[in-house]
Amino acid sequence: MIALRERAIVSPQSVPSLPKHVRIQYDPVRQTFAVLSPEKVFWPNDISLDILRRCDGRSTVGHIIAGLAADYDAEQEAVAADVIAFLQEWSDKLLVKL
Amino acid sequence: MSEPPLPPIGMLAELTHRCPLQCPYCSNPLELLKANRELDTQSWLDLFSQAADLGVLQVHLSGGEPTLRRDLEQLIAGLSARGVYTNLITAGVGIADGRIEAFAEAGLDHLQLSFQGARPATTERIGNHRGSHEKKLETSRRARAAGLPLTINAPIHRHNIEEVPEFIDLALSLGAERLEIANVQYAGWALTNRDQLMPERAAVDRQAEIVEAARERLTGVMNIDFVTPDYFAIYPKPCMGGWARDAFMVTPDGTVLPCHAAQTIPSLSFERFGPRSLAAIWTDSPAFNAFRGTDWMQEPCRNCERREIDWGGCRCQAMAIAGDAAATDPACEKSPIHARMAMLIDEAQRAATVPSKDEPFVYRRIGVVTEPA
Repeated sequence: MIALRERAIVSPQSVPSLPKHVRIQYDPVRQTFAVLSPEKVFWPNDISLDILRRCDGRSTVGHIIAGLAADYDAEQEAVAADVIAFLQEWSDKLLVKL
Repeated sequence: MSEPPLPPIGMLAELTHRCPLQCPYCSNPLELLKANRELDTQSWLDLFSQAADLGVLQVHLSGGEPTLRRDLEQLIAGLSARGVYTNLITAGVGIADGRIEAFAEAGLDHLQLSFQGARPATTERIGNHRGSHEKKLETSRRARAAGLPLTINAPIHRHNIEEVPEFIDLALSLGAERLEIANVQYAGWALTNRDQLMPERAAVDRQAEIVEAARERLTGVMNIDFVTPDYFAIYPKPCMGGWARDAFMVTPDGTVLPCHAAQTIPSLSFERFGPRSLAAIWTDSPAFNAFRGTDWMQEPCRNCERREIDWGGCRCQAMAIAGDAAATDPACEKSPIHARMAMLIDEAQRAATVPSKDEPFVYRRIGVVTEPA
């Protein structure tokens, strides 16, 4: 069996980014943002979009959580659980790089 | 149709029917178009521009072998300039030096490379092309070196279904992000070769277990898309996501179709881009409206709770097996002729046990195959 890569697990220290084959794009026809990936187009809600936009390859997950908690005036712990779960799901689908 | 259709998301552009391979399950029609019937560069660019205006976000550049088009770089650049996500679907054989790099520079987003087998002998036999496996490996290396994300596409049938574990290892070793284990759909050339291609039931069951386990094991490492074999199914696939619902395809001469095999439905006639705009064809063409939504459905589809999940399944399969394009896809267990699928599997098994001739397949062939310069 060949195992050249391993599943990445999200931690507060992870620095997420969008891989080359994934991009966020405004769709003028539908007047909303789309996430384009091989074979699939996603229509993220506002919060998902906000998380994905912060996956800039510089910010840590901890930093992203703190920023979102401040912007949405929410408890950091509640935000943390949601953001980590979201990023793990997207990482597992290879739509976010950690 | 009371409401106007939603804009399409995806478009499959069959740039050419020319191909160096002769796979006996090709989804192209039996009547292949020669090079002199292909749209020219400007027509494709106009079509792509209209597609972007209409709402298309992804274009899959396919064929035949799309890299035989010498203007492919230009076509990719045109799409890229409009922000359209481009996916090149290639057999990866006979691509001249430097071109993959040029595709990447033109803005190509993703490359999908087919392997007819995980073993060189299988690849060469199925595509009827000596040396093809090694050329594909080279194409995948070049794609990765050019920074292109990679999907490996493995069309599965009786002659390579036992290689599924090896396909998984091959895709991993090539650094692919995605692997498609795509059981052959019996339309086009595959319908002609159905008896030769149909896998055995036990092999289909084993395959499902292997893919399921690999998906689990490779979570976060490689995505595996599993296109299951229709004839062994309980429910049909939502073919094209529903007829003329969010995707369409275009043949090399610019004929706009709701799906690959739509031309096998004799009651429909299809229009070409050029004489009519893409928007007019998408919205008003009687062929596109024939099976759009759910109004056209008969029982058992009409009152089925799954009618907006699978959209009645495949119209062309209904045509081919039930003889009625508006019938329930016989892959569905609710179809009154669902049992015919099992009979066709059994017939294929019996035919396959008859000692075969030297060439068991009707290989896909076009008059003359042009190699790239």
